[in-house]
Amino acid sequence: MRVMMIVKATKDSEAGVMPGEPMLTDMMKFNEELTKAGVLLDLGGLKPSSKSARVRFSGSQRTVIDGPFAETKELIAGFWLLQVKSLEEAIEWAKRCPCPYDASDGDIEIRPLFDMSDFPEANAETLARANQIDQKIGR
Amino acid sequence: MGALETHRAIDAVWRIESARVIAGLARIVRDVGLAEELAQDALVVALERWPETGIPANPGAWLMATAKHRAIDTLRRNRLVERKHEELGHALAERERATPDLAAALDDDVGDDLLRLVFTCCHPVLSAEARVALTLRMLGGLSTDEIARAFLVPEPTVAQRIVRAKRTLAEKNVPFEVPRGAELAARLSSVLAVVYLVFNEGYSATAGVDWVRPALCEDALRLGRILAGLLPAEPEVHGLVALMEIQASRIPARVGPTGEPILLPDQNRTLWDRLLIRRGLAALARAEALGGARGPYALQAAIAACHARAATAAATDWTRIAGLYATLADVTPSPVVELNRAVAVGMAHGPAAGLALADALLAEPLLESYHLLPSVRADLLAKLGRAGEARAEYLRAARLTRNARERRLLEERAAQLAAGT
Repeated sequence: MRVMMIVKATKDSEAGVMPGEPMLTDMMKFNEELTKAGVLLDLGGLKPSSKSARVRFSGSQRTVIDGPFAETKELIAGFWLLQVKSLEEAIEWAKRCPCPYDASDGDIEIRPLFDMSDFPEANAETLARANQIDQKIGR
Repeated sequence: MGALETHRAIDAVWRIESARVIAGLARIVRDVGLAEELAQDALVVALERWPETGIPANPGAWLMATAKHRAIDTLRRNRLVERKHEELGHALAERERATPDLAAALDDDVGDDLLRLVFTCCHPVLSAEARVALTLRMLGGLSTDEIARAFLVPEPTVAQRIVRAKRTLAEKNVPFEVPRGAELAARLSSVLAVVYLVFNEGYSATAGVDWVRPALCEDALRLGRILAGLLPAEPEVHGLVALMEIQASRIPARVGPTGEPILLPDQNRTLWDRLLIRRGLAALARAEALGGARGPYALQAAIAACHARAATAAATDWTRIAGLYATLADVTPSPVVELNRAVAVGMAHGPAAGLALADALLAEPLLESYHLLPSVRADLLAKLGRAGEARAEYLRAARLTRNARERRLLEERAAQLAAGT
């Protein structure tokens, strides 16, 4: 199964303050461990919310709201995509992550992804539609 | 934490740590079988203690230390192996003196020890099935039951295979080491073959009801990625990983809503996993950058990459694929490669050209009971309008395959030809 491991933002990350040396090295080693264990699929760090935008949906209205956004603790700052056997395995990996939260408490959230086996009917529908499209373009 | 939760957590720890613990112990006791027993003993203690104490901060180090103490205890109690105990005692004492920081010691040697374990589990003195079972057990952390289910053999059979394999390694005094120089290439080839065998069993099951078993592919991919981390300078390791990543990308499209196989030309490519394709192409680039473009796995990965890059079946660069198969036939000549080349040539230069190559393989004894030869011929014959012959070949292929889903697919194709569709 695949999981996304999510690190939330902090005051420092929102202020664009790069983590110090021990943290950078520790994080690099952690990512290496994930790679060497064959479980890392992908990873990414998100820029501070001051560089971002939101599109607000309200009925048929669409409004654009520029960052920064106030709710620091709810903002995503980084993620890993892991291939693991179980949620428990992901939890074990998360526990080994260098602590991303200096000043106060924080969570690393682990969210399993849906995979194709969760949607057998949708598969059939998608396949039928794709075949129709293929026919139209004369495959 | 409830008991069940703790057990599941311990399972997860075992999956992460067991290979390293076994590898580290094997280096000390010089016997892979004994190393695994000691590791299992430590796991039993963990299962007893951790529900009360909680999981330790460094579970790998805890398991290792516990296993080593059990080793000493066991050998002390057994007078018959007093000499071995002395040797072991000395070896351990020396290691203790030389490496006071257990965690650091584990880190330094882990990579090397894991490699030693990989090469030992895949030693040529063992049968192919034994290598697979031992590798999945020691490196994959799979239970005997999981391995049995993966290969559709009874659990006692797998258990016996593993017992015999360990005994063979001990009797033949197989050294716990990484092969060097000229030997490395050949031995590495056998390691990669084990991993790919596991992958293939999950990708295109040879027997049983299910056409695809993704969990096996995941296990093989994980082993391959681990190997890439242990042997980053070996292009064929990256080649194999590339091949597996790209083939695995197609798994969501390989099975229809009722479990029926969907072959490459008919797959819904929007279901292909683009993350895995990206990873596969990156691994292939690494293999090529290391000068391994002509390696067999790299070549097969390059062929898979051609398919991955084609947005539709019609957009496939068959000429390039045919060329890659020609190179592969040069590097590792085999009737199966030639058959695949026949398919590619048929697509690039027309069914008659493909059939000429396939027909040349009819006399090949190695392909006598290989269901894909009649299957390929059937497809080409059908395209040439020779429906009667095509139908006969589909039926012959259906009789030869051991996989129920595939048999049904082939029988349906034969039926469609009879009905004139």
